[in-house]
Amino acid sequence: MSAQAVLFDAPGPKARLRHRILTILGLIAALGLIGWFLWQLNETNQLEPNLWSPFLRAETWTQYLLPGLVNTLQAAVVSILFAMAFGLVFGMGRLSQVLPLRWVCGVIVEFFRSVPVLLMMIFTFFFMARNLGMPGAAASFWAVVTGLTLYNGSVIAELVRSGVHQLPKGQGEAGLAIGLTPGQTLRSIQLPQALTAMLPALMSQLVVVLKDSALGTAITYPELIASGRQLGSRFGNVVAAYIVIGLIFVLLNWLLTIAAGRLERFINRRGHTAATARTGASTLVEGGAGPGEFGANVADVVEEEVTDRVEAWQDRHHRE
Amino acid sequence: MLDILSRYDILGAFWMTIQLALWSAIGALVLGTILAVMRVSPVAVLQKLGALYVNVTRNTPLTLILVFCVLGAFYILQWRLAPASAPLSTHTFLWAIFGLSAYHAAFVCEALRSGVNTVPVGQAEAARAIGLTFTQSLSQVILPQAFRGAIAPLGSVLIALIKNTTVAAIIGVKEAAAIMRVIIENETGSLIVFFIFALGFVILTLPVGVGFTELSRRLAVKR
Repeated sequence: MSAQAVLFDAPGPKARLRHRILTILGLIAALGLIGWFLWQLNETNQLEPNLWSPFLRAETWTQYLLPGLVNTLQAAVVSILFAMAFGLVFGMGRLSQVLPLRWVCGVIVEFFRSVPVLLMMIFTFFFMARNLGMPGAAASFWAVVTGLTLYNGSVIAELVRSGVHQLPKGQGEAGLAIGLTPGQTLRSIQLPQALTAMLPALMSQLVVVLKDSALGTAITYPELIASGRQLGSRFGNVVAAYIVIGLIFVLLNWLLTIAAGRLERFINRRGHTAATARTGASTLVEGGAGPGEFGANVADVVEEEVTDRVEAWQDRHHRE
Repeated sequence: MLDILSRYDILGAFWMTIQLALWSAIGALVLGTILAVMRVSPVAVLQKLGALYVNVTRNTPLTLILVFCVLGAFYILQWRLAPASAPLSTHTFLWAIFGLSAYHAAFVCEALRSGVNTVPVGQAEAARAIGLTFTQSLSQVILPQAFRGAIAPLGSVLIALIKNTTVAAIIGVKEAAAIMRVIIENETGSLIVFFIFALGFVILTLPVGVGFTELSRRLAVKR
């Protein structure tokens, strides 16, 4: 449901004039802000060509940005894999028939969800480096992975639980009716469907993991922001380096969000699960990306795709 | 253990965390509301600008935003949020609030917008059908329901914000995570230190979660 349709009538002549004025004011404000930012950059000599030209040279990318990006991706991918295992185990624990097990899993999941990731990373880093005597580089990598795994694993555990609860009741009842135990019903009927429906949400959770892996910079993990700092001190272009890194992150996460949306539509079309696939994982976590956001985008894309398919179908028929 | 802890101002550190969270929450609420108004407005350009801000901010790591605020905006671009004579800690504190507000405003905007999206179109149609004017239907029918629908997501934004104040440690604000780091570095890496600080955050976030859930349940629109 689009917000505009709820809130506003079709505009008359007066409203259209008002909209036009607001359009112009909005454009002026936006351009003014951008212009002011560029003017400020220019005033402090941040627009000098020699600060930006390093980004056109191969060694800037091969020595600084790409290794940083690889480290960021490495930490993110390893973490999401561990987090999936953690989430599956504790999600199943929270759905268990055994009350104490359910309770313990619940406390662990709620605890790690409410403790800041950075706190976990700092503690694990010093614990591994000093108490366990791990070398610094390994300690920082595993500390990043531990922090991200515990937090995102707990979020995924909640996703598993809500995914199973979201299934139609008949699925579980049918399993019990044909003589499966509650455990068998969970494992062979409910979980496979819940996990399929979860895939898009898991993918948008990767956006959260990718962003949070940047916290590793606080414990000397050489990820993208840290390599940006090195690049900045080599060429004296910290501002430029951070802007480029920001663009890399935005592009990467934006692609992931689009991919998650496509996966969602694919799964819902195939009908392999009785549940509805949703991308709204970050609703739970970072508060953002409400169902409305994706809902609106998805509606647009679906419409586009339907038009495409109809056109393709018409093409085929004309040829035949 | 106790004598180690008594040498550090742990309560002061958590007071700093609370201050960061409080001011940033106010900043994020103000900016987020403006963004939400832009995104639900009937003006296409304002919608696009709001969407651009939200999508860019939401996909950027908070760490990058805060580091840019201090290294970029404060040191290199020489933007001052306080008189230049103020101590460095005041500057980093204000920039941390600025960065946290700017980042979480995107999430506040989405929470408010999802509230508007919970109102069925039939409500607006019914309001018009019984003869309410535009202003009346907005203030009597739609907005009251929209705000109720936004309570639960706003609660999770506030919890995320409280936890994210720890990122300010990276730019040198002396809040809880920074003090924990100092204690672990100088004294002991024992699990007890971690649990004390973790408990502090559980104490800060738990009432927020319970309170907002209770509020949204009590104010839920029966449909």
